[in-house]
Amino acid sequence: MGAAASLQNAPSREFLEKLFRTAYKIRVFESEGIKLYRQGLIRGYFHPYLGQEGIATGVCAALSEGDFIASTHRGHGHCIAWGADVNKMVAELLQKETGYCRGYGGSMHIADISKGNLGANGIVGAGTPLGVGAALANQVKGSDAVTVTFSTDGASNNGTFLESLNLAAIWNLNFILVIENNQYAVSTRIEESTRDTDLYKRGLAIGVESHQVDGNDPLAVHAVMEQAVATCRAGKGPVLIEAKTYRHMGHHVNDPGKYMPEEELAYYKARDPVDRARNALREMAGVSDEEIAAIEAEIAAEFADAVEFSKNSPEVTPESFREFAVGY
Amino acid sequence: MATRELMYREALREAIDEEMAANPTVFIIGEGIAERGGSYKVTEGLLAKYGPKRVRDTPIAEAGMIGVGVGAAIAGARPIVEILYVDFAMLGMDMIVNQAAKFRLMTGGDGRVPFIMRTQGGTGGGVAAQHSQSLEALFYHIPGLRVVMPSTPADAKGLLKYALRQEDPVMFLEHKHLYMTKGPVPDGEHVVPFGVGDIKREGSDVTVIAWSNMIPRTLEAAEALAAEGISVEVIDPRTLVPLDRDMIIKSVLKTRRCVIVQEANRRGGVASDIASIVQEECFYEMDAPVEIVAGMDIPVPFNLTLEKASVPQKEDVVAAVKRVLHVQSLAAAAE
Repeated sequence: MGAAASLQNAPSREFLEKLFRTAYKIRVFESEGIKLYRQGLIRGYFHPYLGQEGIATGVCAALSEGDFIASTHRGHGHCIAWGADVNKMVAELLQKETGYCRGYGGSMHIADISKGNLGANGIVGAGTPLGVGAALANQVKGSDAVTVTFSTDGASNNGTFLESLNLAAIWNLNFILVIENNQYAVSTRIEESTRDTDLYKRGLAIGVESHQVDGNDPLAVHAVMEQAVATCRAGKGPVLIEAKTYRHMGHHVNDPGKYMPEEELAYYKARDPVDRARNALREMAGVSDEEIAAIEAEIAAEFADAVEFSKNSPEVTPESFREFAVGY
Repeated sequence: MATRELMYREALREAIDEEMAANPTVFIIGEGIAERGGSYKVTEGLLAKYGPKRVRDTPIAEAGMIGVGVGAAIAGARPIVEILYVDFAMLGMDMIVNQAAKFRLMTGGDGRVPFIMRTQGGTGGGVAAQHSQSLEALFYHIPGLRVVMPSTPADAKGLLKYALRQEDPVMFLEHKHLYMTKGPVPDGEHVVPFGVGDIKREGSDVTVIAWSNMIPRTLEAAEALAAEGISVEVIDPRTLVPLDRDMIIKSVLKTRRCVIVQEANRRGGVASDIASIVQEECFYEMDAPVEIVAGMDIPVPFNLTLEKASVPQKEDVVAAVKRVLHVQSLAAAAE
């Protein structure tokens, strides 16, 4: 959200710093979160966004206040890029009352309705119809808000993919479907899931403007998103963006990901989106290593504070839960 | 209060029309509901009045249309999604069960889903196994949903208006045999809150609980029984979730006998759950076990004679009432 820079002009330092801060914040959240998981402080499922930070970072930088996002089971990065309060995110993962969902939702269900974050989702593919629905609501209300659904290669073989994108198309909704193609549906390779692995073509097949972009390049993602947002605000949506990427580890924290070939992982790690955001800040805006180190330290401290805040927060009591349950 | 005679479908249309006029975020989507006015003519005229943004036809894509309805509700609109047959709602069950019903809890209470799925079920003249089901028990089982089953035009209007003003996902289950039935509907503002049952006929010998199309059938049975000197109280919960437990318990404590009639097949049905409530609350005051009259545990066959045999008829209700009153055994004892 906020200041958006077009690639036609040199991006400002402010913009590049914002991109880097977002990408790095996600990196810290996930790396440190995994440590908390290993310590037993976080329970349940935790699907890290490591390696995919460039997509949420580039996408959300092209959106504005009043827009909407819908997310996936791998949703921490989307929340952070959307500007979520890290205290409330960590508290949610630690099952605390001060969390986004008071500990009722957990990692897969963080949402912030008041800010237009329709939530992560535990059902692969479900965010697409929900996002299209939000776009429909906005059209009915006469708003030009844009809704982005972050989706996945795995979700692209689900029936709701076609059903809801087609509805967005026939109604010209302000909807952008961002397919994070990390090439694995849990452990199944995309080549085993579909004959044509270029997923953007599916949008073309139903008359939807569609693009493919390097998802590990936050600037490239942002550039294509700016176009997509402009298309939507001009009433010519929806738009599909396929962002190619790769996970840095298995499907979730307890999946070692042994099925991911080492050389392929190395290829993508050499194209790390956080490194790219950092390099862009250093090389395009001339920001020094010291300044960058200071930014990183600030973000790490913010996460440490969030952990302290969360550890010291109360949990919802069973008595309060029983009150909540009345009328269900 | 002054009333008018309206058909069930006209009463539904009035509810939608009035709420669309009052609230610009109310809109309706469905198959053939715009220009054509819907298969049951509920939405006739709404396109002309409210325009194509708020009255939209959809492709045949139930999961998609239910899903976008849920998403629109989460984002602050008040969508009505019309599904031609409740049987087709099965295509959208993820959106109903895993999304709409769960969202409020998953967001710690912040997220609300004022989504309405209007659809119809029940047997009706040989439309066979995939167009005849009564599936309320599926929705009844899922915490987070509201299950509404109006039996009269007045209830249909009042409950739909209420549905469009509350905050939870509503399974608004109409009956294909009721659309053309007529009844008095109060003039002016008419809203029926959820969780408030209605005594469709007062009586003193036995309580019969029924809903949807089993209400007219039960009222016919009650009329026939009255001719034999048996006084039947007919209770229509109108909404199965929330359920008016108090009205049911109060009536059974008065009559000391209870029959529950549902068109749906018996196994795992709502009637069984209501029976469990009745036995828990009224057991020591009752003069007979609870009787359930329900559809057979089998898909509905096409053949009209068999279709009829598969769901409760007036005679089945009459027989059940006589059983709980021990009418047969008394007759046998007299011999």
